[in-house]
Amino acid sequence: MGLTAHARITAAPDARGSTSLPLLAGDGPLALRRVRAYGTEARVCLVGAMSAPLGGDHLALTAAVEPGARLTLTSAAATIALPGRTGAPASYTIRITVGEDAELHWLPEPLIAAAGSRLDVITRIDLAPGARLLYREEQILGRTGEPPGSLTSRLTVRHAGRLLLDQHTGFGPGHPGWDGPAQLAGRRAVGQLLSTGPPVEPEGVRVTEDAVSVPLAGAGRLTTAVAADGLALRRLLTDLRPDAAPRTASANCAPRTAPSPRSRHAAPAAAADTPPP
Amino acid sequence: MGGVARAALLILADGRFPAGGHAHSGGAEEAVRAGRVRDAATLHAYCAGRLATTGLTTAALAAAACAGLGLAALDEAADARTPSPALREVSRRLGRQALRAARAAWPGPDLDALAAAHPRGAHQPVVVGTAARAAGLTPVDAAHAVAYEAVSGPASAAVRLLSLDPFDATAVLARLAPQLDAVAADAAACAVRAGRDGVDALPAAASPWLDIAAERHAARPVRLFGS
Repeated sequence: MGLTAHARITAAPDARGSTSLPLLAGDGPLALRRVRAYGTEARVCLVGAMSAPLGGDHLALTAAVEPGARLTLTSAAATIALPGRTGAPASYTIRITVGEDAELHWLPEPLIAAAGSRLDVITRIDLAPGARLLYREEQILGRTGEPPGSLTSRLTVRHAGRLLLDQHTGFGPGHPGWDGPAQLAGRRAVGQLLSTGPPVEPEGVRVTEDAVSVPLAGAGRLTTAVAADGLALRRLLTDLRPDAAPRTASANCAPRTAPSPRSRHAAPAAAADTPPP
Repeated sequence: MGGVARAALLILADGRFPAGGHAHSGGAEEAVRAGRVRDAATLHAYCAGRLATTGLTTAALAAAACAGLGLAALDEAADARTPSPALREVSRRLGRQALRAARAAWPGPDLDALAAAHPRGAHQPVVVGTAARAAGLTPVDAAHAVAYEAVSGPASAAVRLLSLDPFDATAVLARLAPQLDAVAADAAACAVRAGRDGVDALPAAASPWLDIAAERHAARPVRLFGS
């Protein structure tokens, strides 16, 4: 038996041409903090309020960026998937919609699959015509020196109703060939940076030893990298697309709340919604 | 029906079917260059990894095309499952060649419609699936043909790239047979689900390294195989 939590964010343009957050509702381990923003955007930091996901947990995060709004999401720390008591898999379902002329920068810290964990991540992104997205996904397979848990991730992105990207990866125990010569071959970090909406530039393919940045068939660009560890991965993703790098490196999330010890009785929802600075 | 049309599957999956696949290594050339494929054992591991990812994904597209799912939706699904422009180009070029061969072998309205809808070439698994349908084969047959090509391409390329003993390469394929059957069955089951729930029910299994390697390969001035 795991916990079920569903956190929600809605960003909408306000009367002054800036972005407000009419809905900012953390739930269980997914606490949300509004943090200092730049220009007309709103900025939200995802804070782990307790250890999650554990095996058997079902987490969901829904973000809606309404037409004309601008939202940046970061996180205070890496998310670590851990084993549960029963061996049941955990799920993490992320649902994102970005309206016309709206912009979302989704730049959380990595997801780490600890030894013995089982997690299935499902991310579905729907972009209206004219929506702009910068989406980063980083997976680290095992903490330092330990074998990884099982981690699957399906990313489905639609732009103006048309399928733009559909990818399903599976790494760790139970996934044939995941560490072999057609896949990771000893690497332990894999990540992607997806950007969509005009302008998608520069044109063409950029490729290095372990990373590639390509134009998709639709209006989008995908940077993909595999690396020995999370640090090298972040460097590869940033180097291949410097124009899309996050504005600040890692200390972009205040307040830095330390996750509390796992408690089934925690009530983080009450503390989740700090007023805008 | 599968039993009745068995010979057609042999023709469709034959390496000598004039669809141009022999000029492609399925990423094996880059894997050899990277030192990842060195001998029969690493070739086997490479093929197993490719079969579980792009093999399953393309086999399911073929099964879905054979089952009669909408070809425009499948074309979109194939594009979305192929982020690498080099691999999209290869898939459409091989699709164009396969379609010419298939229209000669099994002329009919489905293949004509596919050619008319995609003058620059439809994705290869969609063509193979439509050809299988025209030949009276079943979705699981179409999946078998495409899954087999996902591993037979690298295996025969490895013979040339590594001077691997052809007997050893064939033994690698034979050892993969149970996995091939399982992937084909899985792909066909997904095609049935997609017929009910839409193309998102098709698998999208991917290997990020294969996408990176495909673009590195395409950027090389000197190479033996097209991909």
